[in-house]
Amino acid sequence: KLRPFRRCCVKLSVHPSRGLMDEKFTVLVQNVLPGFQLTVYAFYKCEGGYSWEAFAHYTASATGAVNVSEDPSRGGTYSGVEPMGLMWSLRPVPGSKSGLRMRKMNVQTPMEVTISVYQGHLTEGFVDQVPLAAVVVERWYMAPGVRRIPITEGGLTATLFLPSGPGPFPGLLDLWGGGGKLVEYRAALLASHGIAAMALDYLTPQITKETGKMVDYEYFEAAYRVLEQHPQILGSRIAMLGLSFGTSVTLRMAVYSQVIKLRCAVCISGSHVQPIDVDLSSHVIWRDLLMPIPTDASLKVDVGRLRCPLLLVVGEDDQNWPSYESAMDMKEMMQRAGNEHLLTVLSYPNAGHLIEPPFTPSARASAFKTIIPVVVAVMVLWGGEPVAHSVAQEDSWRKTLVFLRVNLYGGSQPGAKMKNLL
Amino acid sequence: MHRAVPPVISVTPSRALVDETFRVAVQNLPPGSPVTLHSLHRSEDEDLWEAFGHYVSDSRGTVSVADDFSFGGTYTGKEAMGLLWSMSPVPGSREGLRLRKKNVCIPQLVNISVYGGHVEEGFGERLPLASTLTERWHLGPGVRRIEISERGVRGTLFIPPGPGPFPGMLDMWGGGGGLLEYRSALLASHGYASLALEYFTAGELKSADKEFSYFETAFNIVREHPQVIPDRVGLFGLSLGSLMASYLAAESSVIEPRCCVCVSGGHLYPRGVFCYFCRHKLRVDEHNREIWRSINLPIPEDLSQKLDVGKINCPMLLVNGIDDQNWPTVECAEDMAHMMRAAGKEHLLTRIEYPDAGHLIEPPYSPHSRATKFIKDGVTVILLWGGQTKPHADAQEDSWRNILAFLQKHLYCTQNPKAKM
Repeated sequence: KLRPFRRCCVKLSVHPSRGLMDEKFTVLVQNVLPGFQLTVYAFYKCEGGYSWEAFAHYTASATGAVNVSEDPSRGGTYSGVEPMGLMWSLRPVPGSKSGLRMRKMNVQTPMEVTISVYQGHLTEGFVDQVPLAAVVVERWYMAPGVRRIPITEGGLTATLFLPSGPGPFPGLLDLWGGGGKLVEYRAALLASHGIAAMALDYLTPQITKETGKMVDYEYFEAAYRVLEQHPQILGSRIAMLGLSFGTSVTLRMAVYSQVIKLRCAVCISGSHVQPIDVDLSSHVIWRDLLMPIPTDASLKVDVGRLRCPLLLVVGEDDQNWPSYESAMDMKEMMQRAGNEHLLTVLSYPNAGHLIEPPFTPSARASAFKTIIPVVVAVMVLWGGEPVAHSVAQEDSWRKTLVFLRVNLYGGSQPGAKMKNLL
Repeated sequence: MHRAVPPVISVTPSRALVDETFRVAVQNLPPGSPVTLHSLHRSEDEDLWEAFGHYVSDSRGTVSVADDFSFGGTYTGKEAMGLLWSMSPVPGSREGLRLRKKNVCIPQLVNISVYGGHVEEGFGERLPLASTLTERWHLGPGVRRIEISERGVRGTLFIPPGPGPFPGMLDMWGGGGGLLEYRSALLASHGYASLALEYFTAGELKSADKEFSYFETAFNIVREHPQVIPDRVGLFGLSLGSLMASYLAAESSVIEPRCCVCVSGGHLYPRGVFCYFCRHKLRVDEHNREIWRSINLPIPEDLSQKLDVGKINCPMLLVNGIDDQNWPTVECAEDMAHMMRAAGKEHLLTRIEYPDAGHLIEPPYSPHSRATKFIKDGVTVILLWGGQTKPHADAQEDSWRNILAFLQKHLYCTQNPKAKM
């Protein structure tokens, strides 16, 4: 049982207290007795109103301190030395609705996470106990000075994020997958790293809601033109980044569009195989729906005709798309065509489908409402083992930023292969 | 038109507390190119403040302010935070300005830019190669701000995040008056429930005749707060506030401060009357700036003209600038040490004195003002505070570190509170 003065002694700090979503922080507990057993606990209430938590068990050092970045967790929602475990191992609190996925839709406000310290090694009942100390840490998708500009011209439903400063900046078209909607957080983060990024809604844009018609090539070319003609964007340095179904679009635009001239492309968890009509509602695991990879070239985007560097990011435990097998097939196609030097593949064992920017939780399965080929709401299996998936997110994001920096900001050789730099 | 790819400038962390350091870096420059790093801040009073340093990029085309030398500008040498502490009002600004944050709920925004070449002036007329914005906060996330207006006491209380209970602080500024919250906000961001106290109206120094009981009541408001540990409340004062802190520590029979931080203060307090305006001793310098330090020199022997600091029973930290032109703080500190020694209390006293630092020793990285406007009896004068920019900046950084360590030791730890630091 603690007397009040003991509680007062514990010092808890998180540094930086305000950081970007892809920055690491250091959680430090000080002024406890050597060998003291404590639990570090993270709590977050998401925009949907659901509560998420993560926790880990530590034992204080001989100097009476715990440094989460350096000391091993003995148990909890993560174990071992995991500087950002409190973020990526967040999970819905017991009793929550199933199939939740954490996504921040309002990027103009930070994620506010409360980090606390409890005495002893606790695994439950955190709300019923008073912690020894607690602090709040802010996690931002937008760096100071980044400008958010809604784009509706040309029938587009998009948001452009401009980095701080006069520019001009390289540009990027950012595409998410089959769930549709206008998802801004990745584009906001890219702008925080100096790239003018436009998040584009291409499945549920205003124009589709009004006309009932799905968009075609012209829509993406219009988005590209907005970037190309923008006074603060370098028209010759525009990239495209797609995840899942966004990969299909990216590859098609990169190869077949007469208008879109990409400096480079990033494709995450997708395929060059054209999706076919299937009954999605009767399946949880969708990866086999595109398997085996067809040999018929007319069913695949002809990646042998690519003229810009391509980075493929795939999880080997992807249960949603056969992204690893597709990457291997693309490599083979490019080897035969003689443009394999443009390709870099990052393949992560035990990572699943939703390879997102780092330090947020990934869901092995979640409730998903897909727009194409038909509207269906199911529980979808994404795959991925939490630790390996989180490693894949951190590593692939870092390498994606390097790839983009070299190809968009770099000098003379836009075709240079990335192997040495990664 | 083929446009060049611009360099990339970064400030890490981009959002920080005002007492945290940052790393400013520029990448993607041509190697060996001269550039100017520039900072710009528009104050709440709409004045522009700036600083700049001259650099040369290395063979990889990068400049790192924390690691490289500035060859000229408002600071030279290896100075990671030079773009902040060496700021001064831009040419053409009003005279006698002082940079102080009024609204602590929003950050100070500073623009950091890189210009081609070694530029000395006219930054406003040029286009930078790149620029970025950084936020400097006095208030950490989760700190609560509570306006206090009870039992006749006016001020603002800042409570750290968490269940508490926390050590407390009564925070008093100096002769300018009014209510300034920024230091208390910062102290709360470091774990202290701190009350910024208003004890006279800005500019009305003569109205500073609050009863002693006003300060005791303020102290008790902190002490009695449910999230404050009652026997761990300290005092923090600068200038006149420092004098008040010493007075409370020595003379109050009602309150018992756990420890006391006195920045640029003294112990000369003729009971009842404020003797600031002994005109025959008031000097001015060649710019007509008032120098008050001689008014109370030499330190009187007469005990009725000074606080009986021998009665103090708590650890005291005295922080002073040797070039203080406003108050003879070092002479006072010397006399205080003498008096406390005589009373057997010397072990309670810690003194830190900084050469070439002036009177206004504030939290780190804030710009130094050697002389600023001051309202004295409704008349605006310019007071000389003293200090040279670089040594004063060093003093602010070093003293804040020492102050936080002193507070940590006496308010957070369970060791013997009477031990000397």
